[in-house]
Amino acid sequence: MRQTIGVKIWRWSIISVVAFYLLVPLYAMFDFSTKPFGFADSGRTFRAWALIGTQDNLIEAVTRSLITAAIVMALILFLVVPTAIWVQLKLPLLRRPFELLCLLPLAIPAIVIVVGIAPLYRWISINLSESPITLAGVYSMLILPYTYRSLSAALDAVDIHTLAEAATTLGAGISRVIFGIIMPTIKTGIINGSFIAIALVLGEFTISNILNFKTFQVVIAQIGRTNGHVAVAVSLASLLFVVVLLLLIPTKKRQGAVLDVDLT
Amino acid sequence: MNSSAYVQLLDLAKYFGKVKALDGLTLDIAEGELVALLGPSGCGKTTALRALAGLQELDRGAMIVDGQDVTFQKASNRGMGMVFQAYSLFPHMTARENVEYGLRLRVHKTSGQKRKARSAELLELVGLSTHASHYPYQLSGGQQQRVALARAIAISPKVLLLDEPLSALDAKVRTQLREEIRRIQVELGTTTLFVTHDQEEALGIADRVGVMRNGQLEQIAAPAELYDRPKTAFVAEFVGLTNPIAGKVNGGSIEVLGGVVKTLPGSITSGAGIALVRPESIDVVASKSGNASIFSASFLGATCRLSILMSDGGRVTAQLPSPDAAGLGAGVSVQVSLLDIPVFVKAAG
Repeated sequence: MRQTIGVKIWRWSIISVVAFYLLVPLYAMFDFSTKPFGFADSGRTFRAWALIGTQDNLIEAVTRSLITAAIVMALILFLVVPTAIWVQLKLPLLRRPFELLCLLPLAIPAIVIVVGIAPLYRWISINLSESPITLAGVYSMLILPYTYRSLSAALDAVDIHTLAEAATTLGAGISRVIFGIIMPTIKTGIINGSFIAIALVLGEFTISNILNFKTFQVVIAQIGRTNGHVAVAVSLASLLFVVVLLLLIPTKKRQGAVLDVDLT
Repeated sequence: MNSSAYVQLLDLAKYFGKVKALDGLTLDIAEGELVALLGPSGCGKTTALRALAGLQELDRGAMIVDGQDVTFQKASNRGMGMVFQAYSLFPHMTARENVEYGLRLRVHKTSGQKRKARSAELLELVGLSTHASHYPYQLSGGQQQRVALARAIAISPKVLLLDEPLSALDAKVRTQLREEIRRIQVELGTTTLFVTHDQEEALGIADRVGVMRNGQLEQIAAPAELYDRPKTAFVAEFVGLTNPIAGKVNGGSIEVLGGVVKTLPGSITSGAGIALVRPESIDVVASKSGNASIFSASFLGATCRLSILMSDGGRVTAQLPSPDAAGLGAGVSVQVSLLDIPVFVKAAG
């Protein structure tokens, strides 16, 4: 259909406003991170960006946060997703309570959660491990609202009951049905949910800071106290990293990988 | 009870609260036979099929297939091939992978070479060998159901279960696929249970048709017998068209429209009754002093359907061979009588 000039103008003005709103802070960060600091510089300088590599703790913190994110992702794949499918398939009465449970972390402020789990993490630090990787536990709870949303949307879009029954009559057991049939079918939902979860884990500050774990964001904040320019450069770099991750979310059907299902 | 039956459903019962989905259903299917279960929605036909597949637990009853009691056997071990009403192909697999799926699993494990040959053979059988590497979203509804049929047959099922597999398709594809299902079923000799609410479908391809109502089997018989000799008023009215015409019953016959015709077994034997008369059992001849007039006529090719207004105000539909209906148009005065074909008579009121 041909678009009228008016529609085009409207479309582009909305896109421009949104782009302005989103990009100006990013540009400001970039601008600030390349401003001269100390006595040696003048004009533009990339010294702050160069200093990122020399920061103690930073690489270590990034690695730890990535490992944490990977553990959270594994928990999503092998615990949250099968549970959501199981509830949808076999325990329809539990759907509402399960949904409510998954949305709870959104309703409880992070600070309240910290107060609640602090004693638990004290025990974990003493008896199990002091590594920030143990945060994967609390994170996998925090990401539930987002993961569950995208999962339930994907599950609702497909007639998983019929698919499960078809596989069952062909001789598949329940684990084969869940991992071999339904999970590949709702792949898009799982990938979306997981990426959002990773972005969340990499960006989380409140809980790790209060519990005194040196995660990525906590280290950025520490750097910021000594050198604002470097901190902003690191923040911008991490933002770009997450944007790249999110861009990896597949959006279109591709040959060989059916990513969403058209049942009509 | 026929002990030589290949499939025996014995006194199956399933209650959902107060709803009796199955209420003592007993049914035998011979080896290689295609039995259709026909009935209005909610009559329990799908529940019966799902029970045989192992997808529906029962409150009571037993199921025996090939001499084996399968009542408590898991669905995944039963070896039933099922085609569903909704499209049920695995969306992340090609047509060939879908067909091979069952053969990869432990229960029907087949080596790679044989599996490949089998899937090729089956896709050929359903006329889709050129679509083997297509994904479900690249196939039309009819093609998807063909692949689903091939997938169900691939495991050489003990019984092929068809749960309204044609109801999502458009009329032309439906008729075509219906005949193809029958051809394949006869070719392979697969014992088949076919559930449908479409009587044309059931009468068209089944060896025997069972009419279900309220979780029970009203009557099961060959299509022609079911149509010509219904045993209950429900079957007479559900299968095909009938005209309810009042008359006086006397033993094994009824006086109706000025004539006397025999009644079918199961009819009432005395008092006022309502004969359920097939449109083609009605004879219509032009007559100035007749007891009715033609309200409208529609030409159907070989036959002609007449809507007739009786002098007592009632309406009757008759279906005549077209040559006999020549000259019978709207407004023509006619004499309506019954041909000498037994009718089912239910109690009046």
